[in-house]
Amino acid sequence: MSNKMHIKLNVNGKDEEFLAEPRELLIYTLRERLNITGPHIGCETSHCGACTVTIDGKSVKSCTMFAAQASGKSVTTVEGIGGPDALHPLQEAFKEHHGLQCGYCTPGMIIRAQKLLEEIPNPSEEEIRFGMSGNICRCTGYQNIVKSIQAAAAEMNAAKEAAE
Amino acid sequence: MKDEVTREERIDNLKGMGCSRKRVEDARFTQGKGNYVDDIKLDGMLFGDFVRSPYAHARIKSIDTAAALKVPGVLAVLTAADLEPLGLHWMPTLAGDKQMVLADGKVLFQGQEVAYVVAEDRYAAADGIEAVEVDYEELTVLVNPFESLQSDIILREDLVAEDGSIPAGAHGPRKHHNHIFTWDAGDKLPTEEVIANAEVVAEESMYYHRTHPCPLETCGCVASMDKVNGKLTLWGTFQAPHAIRTVVSLISGIEEHNIRVVSPDIGGGFGNKVGAYPGYVCSVVASIVTGKPVKWIEDRMDNLMTTAFARDYHMTGKISATKDGKITGLKCHVTADHGGFDACADPTKFPAGFMNICTGSYDIPTAYLEVDGVYTNKAPGGVSYRCSFRVTEAVYFIERMIEVLAIELNMDSAELRRINFIKKEQFPYTAALGWEYDSGDYHTAWDKALKTVDYDGLRAEQTKRVEDFKAGKTRTLMGIGLSFFTEIVGAGPVKNCDILGLGMFDSCEIRIHPTGSAIARLGTISQGQGHATTFAQILASEIGLPADSITVEEGDTDTAPYGLGTYGSRSTPVAGAATAMAGRKIRAKAQMIAAYLLEVHDNDVEFDVDRFIVKGAPEKFKTMKEIAFAAYNQAIPGIEPGLEAVSYYDPPNMTYPFGAYVCVMDIDVDTGVTEIRRFYALDDCGTRINPMIIEGQVHGGLTEALAVALGQEIAYDDMGNCKTGTLMDFFLPTAWEVPNYETDFTVTPSPHHPIGAKGVGESPHVGGVPCFSNAVQDAFRPFGNRHTNMPHDHWRIWKMANELGLHD
Repeated sequence: MSNKMHIKLNVNGKDEEFLAEPRELLIYTLRERLNITGPHIGCETSHCGACTVTIDGKSVKSCTMFAAQASGKSVTTVEGIGGPDALHPLQEAFKEHHGLQCGYCTPGMIIRAQKLLEEIPNPSEEEIRFGMSGNICRCTGYQNIVKSIQAAAAEMNAAKEAAE
Repeated sequence: MKDEVTREERIDNLKGMGCSRKRVEDARFTQGKGNYVDDIKLDGMLFGDFVRSPYAHARIKSIDTAAALKVPGVLAVLTAADLEPLGLHWMPTLAGDKQMVLADGKVLFQGQEVAYVVAEDRYAAADGIEAVEVDYEELTVLVNPFESLQSDIILREDLVAEDGSIPAGAHGPRKHHNHIFTWDAGDKLPTEEVIANAEVVAEESMYYHRTHPCPLETCGCVASMDKVNGKLTLWGTFQAPHAIRTVVSLISGIEEHNIRVVSPDIGGGFGNKVGAYPGYVCSVVASIVTGKPVKWIEDRMDNLMTTAFARDYHMTGKISATKDGKITGLKCHVTADHGGFDACADPTKFPAGFMNICTGSYDIPTAYLEVDGVYTNKAPGGVSYRCSFRVTEAVYFIERMIEVLAIELNMDSAELRRINFIKKEQFPYTAALGWEYDSGDYHTAWDKALKTVDYDGLRAEQTKRVEDFKAGKTRTLMGIGLSFFTEIVGAGPVKNCDILGLGMFDSCEIRIHPTGSAIARLGTISQGQGHATTFAQILASEIGLPADSITVEEGDTDTAPYGLGTYGSRSTPVAGAATAMAGRKIRAKAQMIAAYLLEVHDNDVEFDVDRFIVKGAPEKFKTMKEIAFAAYNQAIPGIEPGLEAVSYYDPPNMTYPFGAYVCVMDIDVDTGVTEIRRFYALDDCGTRINPMIIEGQVHGGLTEALAVALGQEIAYDDMGNCKTGTLMDFFLPTAWEVPNYETDFTVTPSPHHPIGAKGVGESPHVGGVPCFSNAVQDAFRPFGNRHTNMPHDHWRIWKMANELGLHD
């Protein structure tokens, strides 16, 4: 196929520009073209959420979105919210509260949880469970994921309060 | 020298056994820096993918690859004809059968691998697959094992002699051309006699449906043949990398030292990644043919439809007892649907796994088990989905038979369990079907569980609910699910456990570095269990160096000692034991070094947390750190330099973890919707290495049990079409459906394991499935329910209520 499209993305704060077939999926762009391998492929039908990223302020499953559909937008993956020098409170909390086992769902879980805490800074357990229900974990049974998100929310709220 | 640090602080500093050490794996996973097989990228890497059969049973008249080879980006298309000259169009299975790598003249299940397209990327491979033309002639499909055993249709012509006779299979004589084996255990005639003369007999048939382990990461590999050095490297999602290396060597003819198999981070396994799949073979061949690395990654549909299903056991049981509930005998027959090839992953001598643990936790004097394996037009597999070999089936069977017997006796099933438990003083206990249970204290665990949940109070509440329901005051029933399970894990003793002739020992090699840190390598491979965290804890306690100073490495066959991998909860029982034993070898040498340094006799020093002290004079000591340095910088008479050890551990017996679970469930009779109000899980896994990780394993195993009991299945229609090939149809619970679990424990160490640990990863699944199912069945017991098959999804529960007349 030769009808390539000109696509511009901002990924984790960095501008990217390339030519791609219209059928190229965003997850493929991220993983194969840009070597951003935090987002994973789990189901290819939008069910599992392992590929979750944030696009212009919304949680999106990148396995069912074409790169072309994301053109002109900002994409944030788990790599974009914290790293070795400064972990995001969610990254700390998942480690502290055993919110992961095999780690395959974790990047999607954390980036979704980050969005959820932006939408609802102090969520109830029910709101967490509902808000995370687009992300499947096969290992943890979710109990410690819920705990991790609650702990991160408390930490982030306390930091916000201290700053005010 | 005065020691400022207390002994307790020294113990804490080690982060050894018994503490909830945080996981060392998590830093990379939380930052998106895990290294899973699909993250591997090599120069010039190609991508392979399969043309798969749309039919469950068909003859292949022709395959035309010409158009596919013209697709831009497609480099090669492999078919059975290409593999045949190499002898690779079929491969051996772990169960003593053989399986087509690529369809050799016919297909036996929907989704079977027909051709392998090698292309520059995934998109080109997909285009190539579209362009391969296969001409099929449909054949009659057999999806029911009972019909298959009666049918004239021969599924496996390769297993019928030219004169029409049926040669014996890997597990003895075969009764019919679609029959695989009959395997039995126990005493048939005495059992039948006991049952025939019993005061009370309960009979039941149950189908444990086909399901799938469905790890979030599918199976895949990258094969890279270095033609210059003659060395093949194979990265992949392997739960048993060394076994894969041996298999690849045996079937490819490449010498084993020229094969390096690497399991990188694995995104969950649950049994799905034990076997050898056509994708591995084709990728290796494609790399040899093209001279380039070739990657193959299943998509979710490939995964659910073709690699390694679990269960599919049709079980019929008879259980006999005295009038007051003492069980006297148990008989079980299983018709096991193995699909088109027998690719079960079991130790060689156990074609039905450890199904003969089906007498459960009860002192049953006489028992008999018989299993018939059958070919059908379904996908091959039969792996142990988060359990030791067929143990989930066995425990489900006995825990349902107990409930049915309780109904027959008009007795409370908690009490029926209690009066039949094997007593503490009976251990080690030899069960009627042959296993020797190592240790247990069932009554203590059961009493603790029932007391914690206020069992009597729950039953009173349930009685009231039934009255209210009958009076029209509520449309919600209440179920109390009970289960008490005994697992058999840690395969296993080489005398009776092997896979493809490889004894099921495991191994650990330790190297202490001069400055007092260490690397330990094991024959197992973590898929989320946290081995890098917990094995370091075992070592910290054994050798007195902090867990934080010990790197644990697994999964690279060029560096790790030979082992049989991780499944069947065998890592802690077998490799954990090897780790402790290797640690003790280190300690023995350290003792001699310490004695030399302290200028006393070897027997005059003793180990104390992180050092050797002079007996009776603890102020005179050498820390393990000091001893490590001395091992490398001093010439000690009679002692070789260095501080290393390796242990290959052949366990003397299996381990037998057990547990007591209670589930309280509300069920809406009009919608079939279930709500789990409470779930209490008491596990006894012997010595506990890391309580945080144990709890995490229990939460996860229970959630996989919830899935299987309440909705997850691999279903086929009469044409052999798989109806559950995506996550749209295949139930994986989300945070919304899953309750909070209460965990509890007792500790009954294994007497034969060096640290007394028994393994825990699979217990919650094994005990959880019957517990969830029993809760559903118990809610309907007052209305005449005896047994209803899983999965209990909302529609099936509605149907159950409807059939019991509860909608009238």
